[in-house]
Amino acid sequence: MSDAATVLVVDDDPDFVEQMRLQLTAAGFNVETAGGEREARRILDSRGADLALVDLMMEHADGGFALCHYIKNRKPPIPVILVTGVTHETGLEFDAATSEERSWVKADVFLAKPVRVEQLVREIHRLLKEQS
Amino acid sequence: MTDTMRVLVADDEPGMRSGVVRALRDFTVSLPDVEEAVRFEVREAGTGEDAISQIAAQPPDILLLDYKLPGISGLDVLDRLAAARSDVLVIMITAYASLETAVSAIKRGAYDFLAKPFTPEELKITIRKAAGRLILAQQARKLAQEKRQVRFQIISVLAHELKAPLAAVEGYLRIMKDRAAGNDPAVYDRMIARSLLRTEGMRKLIIDLLDMTRIESGQKPRELTTVDVCEVAKAAIETMMPEAIDRKVAVNIETPGPAPLTADRGEIEIILNNLVSNAVKYNRDGGRVDVAVRGTPEAVAITVADTGIGMTAEEAGRLFQDFVRIKNEKTRNILGSGLGLAIVKKLAALYGGDVTVRSEPGVGSTFTVVLKTAAPASGQGAGTAAPLAPPAGEGAA
Repeated sequence: MSDAATVLVVDDDPDFVEQMRLQLTAAGFNVETAGGEREARRILDSRGADLALVDLMMEHADGGFALCHYIKNRKPPIPVILVTGVTHETGLEFDAATSEERSWVKADVFLAKPVRVEQLVREIHRLLKEQS
Repeated sequence: MTDTMRVLVADDEPGMRSGVVRALRDFTVSLPDVEEAVRFEVREAGTGEDAISQIAAQPPDILLLDYKLPGISGLDVLDRLAAARSDVLVIMITAYASLETAVSAIKRGAYDFLAKPFTPEELKITIRKAAGRLILAQQARKLAQEKRQVRFQIISVLAHELKAPLAAVEGYLRIMKDRAAGNDPAVYDRMIARSLLRTEGMRKLIIDLLDMTRIESGQKPRELTTVDVCEVAKAAIETMMPEAIDRKVAVNIETPGPAPLTADRGEIEIILNNLVSNAVKYNRDGGRVDVAVRGTPEAVAITVADTGIGMTAEEAGRLFQDFVRIKNEKTRNILGSGLGLAIVKKLAALYGGDVTVRSEPGVGSTFTVVLKTAAPASGQGAGTAAPLAPPAGEGAA
């Protein structure tokens, strides 16, 4: 498993993180987890990751956005999947359909909670392939 | 908020119209809560038809309306305004100042009336009253709007707070259904334990929400009896003991003597359960909680000190607001609705008291609740939001 890709999962909900860890491990990935933006930066700077799965709403309202920005400004940038459970309440609808939106929010794929694991795994494989 | 009010004077006598224009030209009204003095801009209409078309084009704030107009009468104009649900404030001008005329105008929606002939001074007094009424109506509208906004925010937060644990439980159930976490039963046991914890959190949120609603609406019937706060404190500690033992948190209570208080027992229980439960939950393993209850003739003071994670002054400042949970890496795994301390604060207010906190990050927090022994406010909860600005004194609502 040493050559398996490493996915960094970032969310302030420990159960979401745990569920992603269980399912992505079962799908053959190495999984690193972080409960917040700062912890995620620490992991990226020390051990690195091949892809990040980031929740939009973390301890600070813009924690997810800020982290995406940080990841995309690093060299080399890694793919980011932004997960959000807030579209209903805020009325915000995000989509990475256009390159303009993509460059603004700095995420490659947007997924709404609850995340379907088959879809998630498919997106991860696609993004990792594009990257290489 | 406007500082110029538009006045339309509808009267077939040119002298009357120019008189109004003259009287109000340099007239200003200063009102409480309004920064700038209100000025008046007067336009004229010679017939009812003219008045109607001017109102349609640009509705005035105040309409001075002659009762007796050629063509359609003042009362007809009044009826049309009522039909159009206009919020123009109408002051009827009537030559025959009979009570009957005035009453029929007021019944049909006029706000006030002026009897001809009137002096500029009488006009100004009436206009001042109308302006005050308009400002109050504007303020009430603004308050109602703000209230709607707050309610929307609370519902949004609430929806999110209920959705998060639901999603967590649903996620675990899916993994269990698909046996997607391998073959180690311990992993599944942990998923079940987490699911139960999250449903418990949801239940706590719902109970807190009901408590809060009852307090705020003032609809919960209060049973005032003499309650020994020490006894309630001991019961609250007893309830938390299993979790405290689990976490190896020592809980001590210091009660120099009984602390009687005329109170609703349920309310005192909510206060102590919240404080003791927080002190255990936000503690470190192996920490301690010190509860002290001191009664004096004037008040009962409850202090609950923990050796927990503590918080910064900025965090402490937000602590007692609805749905505020201090979110950081240390609190992530602690269950809470974000309503407990807001409820404690509202309840303390019912006893003319308050809740305060002293805290230091990494050292611990000490919460103090003071409840006055003087008869507590009955009926309406003191936590009720300030009522809307009352309507103007003449009972118009």
